[in-house]
Amino acid sequence: MWYLCVFYHRLLDYRKPELESLADLFGAFGDRPCFEFDNRGNSLEWRLPKHHHPDSPFHFVDLPSQDVARNVANRSILVKGIYELWGEGSNYEELEEAVKSYPDEQKLPYLTSDSTFKIIVDSFGKVISLQEQNNRIRGLTYIPFKGRVNLKNPDHKFWLIETENDITNSGLPPVVQRRIFFGREVGSADRKLLPMYQLKSRTYLGPTAMDAEMAFLMSNQAQAAPGKLVFDPFVGTGSILVSAAHFGAMTMGADIDIRVVRDGRGPDCNVWSNFKQYGLPMPIALLRADNNLPPWRPGLKEVFDAIICDPPYGVRAGGRKSGGRKLLKGVVDPYIVPDEKRADHIPSTAPYSLAECVHDLLDLAARMLIMGGRLVFFFPVLREDDSGEYHFLEHPCFKLVAASEQILSSRYSRVLLTMVKTCSYTEELAEAARIKHLEFKENHLKWLEDSNLHSSVFSPADVSSADAKIRKESKPKYRGKYV
Amino acid sequence: MTLLTHNMLSSNIKGVTNGFPLHIEAEKVVEKQVEINHDFRRNIFPKIKWKAFVDASRILGYVELPEEAPEPSVLESDHEFLGKFHHALLELHIEEGALFCPETERKFPINKGIPNMLLRYNLQEVFAFLILL
Repeated sequence: MWYLCVFYHRLLDYRKPELESLADLFGAFGDRPCFEFDNRGNSLEWRLPKHHHPDSPFHFVDLPSQDVARNVANRSILVKGIYELWGEGSNYEELEEAVKSYPDEQKLPYLTSDSTFKIIVDSFGKVISLQEQNNRIRGLTYIPFKGRVNLKNPDHKFWLIETENDITNSGLPPVVQRRIFFGREVGSADRKLLPMYQLKSRTYLGPTAMDAEMAFLMSNQAQAAPGKLVFDPFVGTGSILVSAAHFGAMTMGADIDIRVVRDGRGPDCNVWSNFKQYGLPMPIALLRADNNLPPWRPGLKEVFDAIICDPPYGVRAGGRKSGGRKLLKGVVDPYIVPDEKRADHIPSTAPYSLAECVHDLLDLAARMLIMGGRLVFFFPVLREDDSGEYHFLEHPCFKLVAASEQILSSRYSRVLLTMVKTCSYTEELAEAARIKHLEFKENHLKWLEDSNLHSSVFSPADVSSADAKIRKESKPKYRGKYV
Repeated sequence: MTLLTHNMLSSNIKGVTNGFPLHIEAEKVVEKQVEINHDFRRNIFPKIKWKAFVDASRILGYVELPEEAPEPSVLESDHEFLGKFHHALLELHIEEGALFCPETERKFPINKGIPNMLLRYNLQEVFAFLILL
């Protein structure tokens, strides 16, 4: 059945993937696991209203049932609402016509005298005054509402949504055409989560803690749910696992920096306290381990339902692996920690390039994820070599189902990659992946080595790149892409 | 650290062929309540190395688990067993103590419930120690 899906006008690239991941989680594709579909990226059917740009917040989506639609909308972060559309038109006469011709057996069950209702007037691209809103609601008398009005807690919510095309002064892109929709709300996102989990109320924070909205989006991409086990190999202050735990998943985290995971800033300001603060179940394990040399027992595989992480890519925090720079180069002999200092000794670590880090991550995920399990992580891209097409690491065990870009500065973006494990891990595949990785590194990833990314982001602007700058600025700027 | 974690970890020192299971030395064990989830237990049960799990639970003083791994079917029927399994797997926590590599005796300290599985810096120590021997 087709539903009207209205998104928040932000994080434009993340909206459809979120809805599709959740639709899969709530069984929109039946018992058949999603990864068996060949056309994964487009497993849901989408349609745009007439003359709307793909970045429009208004979409039509085909979902199998109202239950799926409600579950998806209520769990999502970016869906403002999913509506059963009763009618649409480019003016109020057309709308009346459409609503009147919508079958009565669909409408009447929601208009009965023993129910309560509320009508909400909403707009995109303009503001409608309270007076006008009331006028619009009065104009709906052709719908036989029998129930009582209840503004606080109605059984049914009806939405009248207007869009405006003459929005040259509003700073919004011309993504919509004047259109009026009237529909019954099936479900909507619970954005109250965001102020509740916002970082400024979090007791223990690090410089790269994931903001609440993005963390919830990541957990939705990973389909975190009760009974599932979610692992974060770069757990830090636990900001991503908090969101997974909120959705009921069991969590497990590892980090190379013992000061972050073990000590925090005191007994009531550490990773554990971040979970306690929200009354969430604690992670079932936190450990100190090196992503480069994971401590899992041989033969252990397919235990995690999802791996979610934000690998250190060297812009705000650099990756480390154990070893020590001089030690790895052979300049100094290994330092033998005297026994009396052993307990407090913090061993030196060496820089860990992003390419290597992501390769290790893919290898770990290929082994430790269950079939159909999801790997969700951020990957930085430089916008200079932006031809619209980015190249990402590939792995024979995985299928990329979503890549959503968030622009961070004029120079670089981060892309949230969602990969589904479609093939069991074998030594041969691991070897094939290693060869692919080396090829990829040769061709696309030179800038990822050492601190190239850091310098590309922070080096002073090059005068000769002025042309590029002009070209970039002539591209339409969408408010949503920058937030 | 839970026994589930213990069941997943091994010593990954190069050259060690049998780094599992790690020996446990528990100085402080605490019990934390963890909500029961049937799906999770059903998924995790087949991944558990039973003998290592039972041995570890005995070291912590919990003797209720059967020596032999039960059939997966008990997960659906035997509630008493389920409770014990859940308790040993997730509710017994080693707060302070250490894990030891079964071959090299390399120590992985557990501090505030967090096992430190990092080893590269101490690998050299082990070699230095072996040379001294």
